[in-house]
Amino acid sequence: MDLCGVQLRGPVLNGSGTYDAIAARRTFGDALLEPESFPFDAFVSKTITLEPRQGNPPPRLWESPEGLINSIGLPNKGLEGFLRADLPLLAELPVPLIVSVMGFSRDELAHLAAAVGEAAAVERVRAATEKPVIVKLTPTAADPAAVAAAAERSGADAVSLVNTLKGMALDPRTRRPWLGGRTGGLSGPAIRPVALEQVATVAARVRVPVIGMGGIASGRDAREFLDAGAACVAVGTESFRDPSAGLRIAREFGVISRQERGFSLAETVR
Amino acid sequence: MRFAPSSEPRTLAPLGRRTAQVTANRDLGAYRLVSAHDASGPRDPRPGQFYMLAAEDRWGGEDGRPFVPRAFSFARVREDGTLDFLLEAVGPGTRRLAELEPGEGLWLSGPLGIGFSAAPEGARPLLVGGGIGTAPLVCVQDELGEEAEVLIGFRSSAHAAAAALFAGAPLIATDDGSVGRRGLVTELLRGAMDRTERAAVFACGPAPMLEAVRALCAERDVPAQLALESGMACGYGACFGCVVPTRGGYVRLCVDGPVLDAADLESALVPGAGH
Repeated sequence: MDLCGVQLRGPVLNGSGTYDAIAARRTFGDALLEPESFPFDAFVSKTITLEPRQGNPPPRLWESPEGLINSIGLPNKGLEGFLRADLPLLAELPVPLIVSVMGFSRDELAHLAAAVGEAAAVERVRAATEKPVIVKLTPTAADPAAVAAAAERSGADAVSLVNTLKGMALDPRTRRPWLGGRTGGLSGPAIRPVALEQVATVAARVRVPVIGMGGIASGRDAREFLDAGAACVAVGTESFRDPSAGLRIAREFGVISRQERGFSLAETVR
Repeated sequence: MRFAPSSEPRTLAPLGRRTAQVTANRDLGAYRLVSAHDASGPRDPRPGQFYMLAAEDRWGGEDGRPFVPRAFSFARVREDGTLDFLLEAVGPGTRRLAELEPGEGLWLSGPLGIGFSAAPEGARPLLVGGGIGTAPLVCVQDELGEEAEVLIGFRSSAHAAAAALFAGAPLIATDDGSVGRRGLVTELLRGAMDRTERAAVFACGPAPMLEAVRALCAERDVPAQLALESGMACGYGACFGCVVPTRGGYVRLCVDGPVLDAADLESALVPGAGH
């Protein structure tokens, strides 16, 4: 399949910040680099900022029903550290690389985009790189479809959604916020219906491809997001439960697609 | 003093999650000892490495929890690939794991993280454990044999039943004095250090115990490795959720631990541990 002019072997990506391919290689070895073993059809890096960030103080996780609240705070090596230490390793992956960048100003975002070689802020990024630009949308905007349309007008080649939903958990012992960052982002199947609605609404509004995510845990879930108008899907929290979730979901999705093709062919023949 | 290992004590994990067959679930006082046959896993996980565990069925009870798998250091691995895990039912995840029956499937990935390094040449290994944290010291003792001295502490006699996992006669302390000496395991450690010329400490237990061990070892310039605990979602560096503060900044306990050199820690009182 084609995503913004880049050929992908399938529609399953990882959500940014939900899979560290370098740490996974330390854990699972070079077997991870075999094309048939690597769990995703394109790899999205953890988000990079201009300066290094330590991230939020622990505790950073809270398990909630069918979900997880995280307060990670974008820890990363910064642009220079990424280019020097991480990019050469990520270049060894058997799938195309999508680099996730976050800027705290329009200039910073444009600088990052130019540097990794790859709206009002988007317009600046657009001008800074020849590479396809994907804009990730927050689910907490009052009108995500309007934001998606603005990104498209500014030259985004695709949009991706949803990011996590804002959430909070209290420590039952102290009755104070559990997470070091006080609040966090809720992910997992708990948010899937919310994500599905936003993906459907945005896909109906824009012409650029939509990368849909939010609680996808099975091939059937992936099918639903594609039915709702997504061009690709991304898997996040499910990879925490199963390091090869991306492969499993792609396999399940393949079975469903073949069954559907068989079914429609049978209908046609009859 | 530091341990300064020559290479990272890590056995690689097979990719992805696999199903092991539960073969036994034994009563061990306040704990359960769950054994599972990990047919396709490596036979040589390093002591101190851990596995992410989840029940294949009914993981996610009526209220949607447990959701993510739970991290456990293995207590012992047998030649046929059977792994022993010591656990105590304290929350939705451990409750489900504690009720696993022989024949049920156990989802597992691992071995994960970095295990214990060998003691420096000529140093006597002192294994210091508290409660459920005694588990990874069982396989350390299996590996080191009689040269290692085992010092373990428990809340009560019901918890001290886990001492049966160790060979020989480990020194035991209990909070209530019902088994062994009344008091803290760090008092046993102080005594053992007094009679050991060169010691190297291997420790695992609750955060306050580890902090007391760290402070004592720092005071006497004894090298120590501490197996820490922190809430984890993935176990392989994906989620960045299990970080602990070290002198060099935050490290992910799942890929850069769970065994850390005590010299790298300002304190072993990790926020959110034991929850």
